[in-house]
Amino acid sequence: MSSKSLDYENLNENVKKCQYAVRGELYLRASELQKEGKKIIFTNVGNPHALGQKPLTFPRQVVALCQAPFLMDDPNVGTLFHADAIARAKHYLSMTSGGLGAYSDSRGLPGIRKEVAEFIERRDGYPSDPELIFLTDGASKGVMQILNSIIRGAHDGILVPVPQYPLYSATISLLGGSLVPYYLEETANWGLDIGNLRQSVTQARSQGITVRAMVIINPGNPTGQCLSEANLKEVLKFCYENNLVLLGDEVYQQNIYQDERPFISARKVLMDMGPPISKEVQLVSFHTVSKGYWGECGQRGGYFEMTNISPQTVEEIYKVASISLSPNVPGQIFMGLMVSPPKPGDISYERYVRESKGILESLRRRARIMTDGFNCCRNVVCNFTEGAMYSFPQIRLPLKVMEAAKRAGKVADVFYCLKLLEATGISTVPGSGFGQKEGVFHLRTTILPAEEDMPAIMASFKKFNDEFMEQYEDNGGYSRM
Amino acid sequence: MRRFAVEKARKLLAPHTDIFISASQHPISSSQIFLHLLSSAAFFLRFLNTKATPYPSDSMASTPLTLDTINPKVLECEYAVRGEIVILAQRLQEELKNNPNAHPFDEILYCNIGNPQSLGQQPITFFREVLALCDHPALLDKAETRGLFSADSIERASEILHQIPGRATGAYSHSQGIRGLRDKIAAGIEARDGYPADPNDIFLTDGASPAVHTMMQLLIRSKNDGILCPIPQYPLYSASIALHGGTLVPYYLNEATGWGLEIAELKNQLEMAKSKGISVRALVVINPGNPTGQVLAENNQKQIVDFCKDEGLVLLADEVYQENIYVPDKQFHSFKKVARSMGYGEKDISLVSFQSVSKGYYGECGKRGGYMEVTGFSPEIREQIYKLASVNLCSNISGQILASLVMNPPKVGDESYESYLAEKDAILSSLARRAKQLEDAFNSLKGVTCNRAEGAMYLFPCIDLPKKAIEAAKAVSTAPDAFYARRLLNATGIVVVPGSGFRQVPGTWHFRCTILPQEDKIPAIVSRLTKFHKGFMDEFCD
Repeated sequence: MSSKSLDYENLNENVKKCQYAVRGELYLRASELQKEGKKIIFTNVGNPHALGQKPLTFPRQVVALCQAPFLMDDPNVGTLFHADAIARAKHYLSMTSGGLGAYSDSRGLPGIRKEVAEFIERRDGYPSDPELIFLTDGASKGVMQILNSIIRGAHDGILVPVPQYPLYSATISLLGGSLVPYYLEETANWGLDIGNLRQSVTQARSQGITVRAMVIINPGNPTGQCLSEANLKEVLKFCYENNLVLLGDEVYQQNIYQDERPFISARKVLMDMGPPISKEVQLVSFHTVSKGYWGECGQRGGYFEMTNISPQTVEEIYKVASISLSPNVPGQIFMGLMVSPPKPGDISYERYVRESKGILESLRRRARIMTDGFNCCRNVVCNFTEGAMYSFPQIRLPLKVMEAAKRAGKVADVFYCLKLLEATGISTVPGSGFGQKEGVFHLRTTILPAEEDMPAIMASFKKFNDEFMEQYEDNGGYSRM
Repeated sequence: MRRFAVEKARKLLAPHTDIFISASQHPISSSQIFLHLLSSAAFFLRFLNTKATPYPSDSMASTPLTLDTINPKVLECEYAVRGEIVILAQRLQEELKNNPNAHPFDEILYCNIGNPQSLGQQPITFFREVLALCDHPALLDKAETRGLFSADSIERASEILHQIPGRATGAYSHSQGIRGLRDKIAAGIEARDGYPADPNDIFLTDGASPAVHTMMQLLIRSKNDGILCPIPQYPLYSASIALHGGTLVPYYLNEATGWGLEIAELKNQLEMAKSKGISVRALVVINPGNPTGQVLAENNQKQIVDFCKDEGLVLLADEVYQENIYVPDKQFHSFKKVARSMGYGEKDISLVSFQSVSKGYYGECGKRGGYMEVTGFSPEIREQIYKLASVNLCSNISGQILASLVMNPPKVGDESYESYLAEKDAILSSLARRAKQLEDAFNSLKGVTCNRAEGAMYLFPCIDLPKKAIEAAKAVSTAPDAFYARRLLNATGIVVVPGSGFRQVPGTWHFRCTILPQEDKIPAIVSRLTKFHKGFMDEFCD
C-alpha cells in the first residue's frame, strides 16, 4: 500500500494555522453532549432562527412564489399569498432570465444591485453605483474575496481589531498573510483609540510588514460597540495618511440598542469629509441578510460595495467572482427584499412593521437583561451591548483556576466555558477565540435566546459561576483588571 | 492602563527568539515573526517565509489596492467561460435592446455556459413544490395548501422540516449540512452504487465549485505541488490551482479515440512532472467530461483507480454530469463504486466525489447546491476539512434541501412520480436529440470534426483553421479560435467559448458550444452557423 498523498504532515500549512473558534472545541463538545441527551442552549453563534426567532412573513411569501412560479397560475393563490407578495415575486422573476434556477450575472442580478444602491443612497444621502456592488453567498464570502485580492504573501499585514470576529484571523491565515492587531479599550467601552492604531502600524512596519488594509467591525463583534462619527473620521484620516484600504464590516448596522450613537456608515462619513479624502480612500463595505432583525443566516445572502477602487481592479475582482459563476439567486432576492421592504400603504406593511419592531425591541431588552445579569456576578465585568448580537463579559479567574486549566491542558477561558457547558448546557465561545489581552479572560454569548428564557439562563449562569468561584477561590490574586 | 496595554502590544509584536533562516537572501524575510495573541494556542499566527516572492518595492509605506499591488495570483488566473467573448456578447445585447436593427441577428444565443434554465428549460415541478414549502413553512399549517400543492410534496417538505429544529430553514445548519439531508443523500448514493455511503463523509456546499476550491486549498502548499488535470479541462481547475499557487500538470485526452483517457499518458506526465521537481498530489477526472463529453468505460476507470492507488494520488472525481448520458452503449459508474468493486476500501484510496444540482435534468444552477463525498482520509484531515467548512458556517439551506431531493427523487407509487418521470424523460431525451443534431451539423462543416457528446452538455468541435486565418488572428493579438469565435458572434449572435479557454493540444483549435438552446431554436442556429462558417472559410482559404 502506498503512502497517502494527503496526510497531516503534507497538508497546506496555512490550513493548519487557520482557527475558527465559533464552531471549534466548545461547539463540538456541546454537540456531543446534545447527542447524549443533554439540553444545550447554543449561544455560540449569531443564529437567531435557531433560538426561536421567527422569519418575517413577507420575504418568505415572496421567495416561495419565486421558487414555484406555477403557483401564480392557480386561481386560488390569493388564499395563501398576499397580492403585494405576488406582485413582488413577479417583479424579481422578471429580473432573471429563467427564474431562480439560472446562474445570474456573477456580480448578482443587476436589478437587485440597483435596489441595493438605492438603499445605500437613501441611508447615506450620497449616490451609489450598482456596478460597484457585488452580491455574494453571505458577507463572509465577500470578505474572503477582498482579502484574497489584497494579500500577496506573509509580508502583507491587515489591521484587525482585538477582540475580533475570527473570520478575519482565519482568512488571513488561510491566505498566508499577517494579522496586525489593534487593541480596543475595554475600560472605555471597547473604544477604538488612534494611539493604539498608530502603535500597531509602527511595530508591524518595523518588522518588515507592509500594512495594506484595516478592518473595522461596526457595530462590533464580539464587543458590540458602535463607533461615533468622530471615531470614523479619525479612522478614515488614518487610512488616508497610511494608504490603507478600509474594510467596513457593517453587518450589524440594524442592531443598535442605544440612542447616543446611531449607526453611521463609513461611506457616509467618507463622503462627508469631502475631497481629497473622499476621492482617495479605498473602502469596501459589507452587509448581509443574516443579522439585523431578518436573521436569515441560512439563505447566505450578502453584498460588498467598493468605493474608490479602480475599474481595472474591479475587473479582476469580477473575474474571480465569475469562477464561482454566481451567488445563489434566492439569497439575492432576500437581499433585494431587505433593502426595499414593504412601504406604507402596502398590504403587508403593517404586519412587516409589527414583526420587525417586535424583534428589535426585544433584542434591546435582552441586551440589557444579559449585561445586567453578568454584572451582578462579583467576578464578572460586562460592557453594555450597544449593538450587534453578543455579550462579551470579562471573567476574572483566580490563580487556582489557571493552574487547574494548565493541568487539563486548556487555556483558562476554555476550561471555564467547558465547565459552564457541562454544568448548565450553555454553549458559549471562549474569549481566546476572538483575541484578548494577555491574562484577561472573556466569553462570548449571544443575546438571542428567547426573552422568556433569559432570566432562567442568567440565573443558571450565576449559580454555576458562584459555585465555580467558591471551588477555586483563594487569596492569591486574580486575573488582570 | 493605557501604558500597560501599549507595553503588552509592543511585547506581542516583537520577534520571537526562534529564527527561521529561509533560502532567500533578503534579511527581513529570514526572520520568523510571531504575532502572538496570548491566552490561547488557538489564536496564534506565524510569519513563515519559505519561498520569498519579491514584491515591488516594499518600502514600509503601504500601497493602495491597484493592479500593481493586487495579489498576483488573481491576475494569473483565468476563466474563459465568462470571459472576453461573453463581455462582448453582453454589449451587443445592450445595443440590440436600443436598436433592434443594430446587428444581422435578432438575439444573442448564449451557448457558452451550462445554464439550462436560462435558455428555457423548466425546473422539475415536484422539487420546486417542496422548496417553496420549505421556504415558507407556515404554508403547511394552512388547509388551503392542500389545494395548491401535491400531497407527496407536502409530505416530503414536512419530513424535511421535521429534521430541522424549529423548522428553521433560516438558521445556519451544521457546517457539513443538515444531518437528515445527508442521511438521504448517503442513501441515494448507496442506491445508485450498491455500496454503503456514510453521511459523515458528506459536505454540502454552495455548488460543487467551492468544494473543489477546498480540496485545492488543502492539497497545494506551493508552486511545487502539482495537480494532474485533463486537457481539455473545465477551467475551474486551472483557475483554482492558480489562485492557490500550485502547478497544473496536464494529461492529454486523445481526440482521435473519442477523447480517450490513456494510462500511459498519465504515467508519462507524472514522470515528467516529478523530474521537474513537482510533487504531484492529485488527479482530476471529469466524468462525464467537460468540455469533451466522453463517458469513461468501466475498465478505464479501474485502471485510473489503480494508478491513483499505486502512485498515492488523491482522486478528485468531478461527477456533476452523472445524470447526463445520451448514448445507449455507455453508463455512468461512480469512481467510488468502481473502487469498492475492486475491493478497495478506506485504507486503499483517497477519493473525493463532487456532485451538483446545477446539471443533470434538474439544471438548478442558480440555487448553488452540491456536495463532496470524502473517503479514504485520516481523521486529522477530516477535522481540517470540517474546520475549513466551519469558517463559512454552512452552505445555503435551500440548496442543501435540493441536493437531497436530487439524490432521492420521487419513486414508483408516489403521487408525483408519473409527472416527475415525464418531465425528466422529456428533458433528457431532448438533450440527447439536440446533442446529435448539433454534432451532425458541426461534422457537416468543411474542416470541422466533432466527437459525439456521450454525456454532459457540450460539443467541442475541432476546426482546421486555414493559415490565413491564423495569421489574421495573430495580427490582432488574438488566439485563432478566439478570433473565429468573435467573428461567429458578430455575424450570428451565437456565443461559444474558444477552445483555448479549456486548453488543447497545441496547434489544434476548438470551441465549446452547449447543447442547451431549446429544440425549436436549433435549426436557426445550424443554418446561421453553416452560413457563417462557409463565409469564413471562403474568406480565409488559401
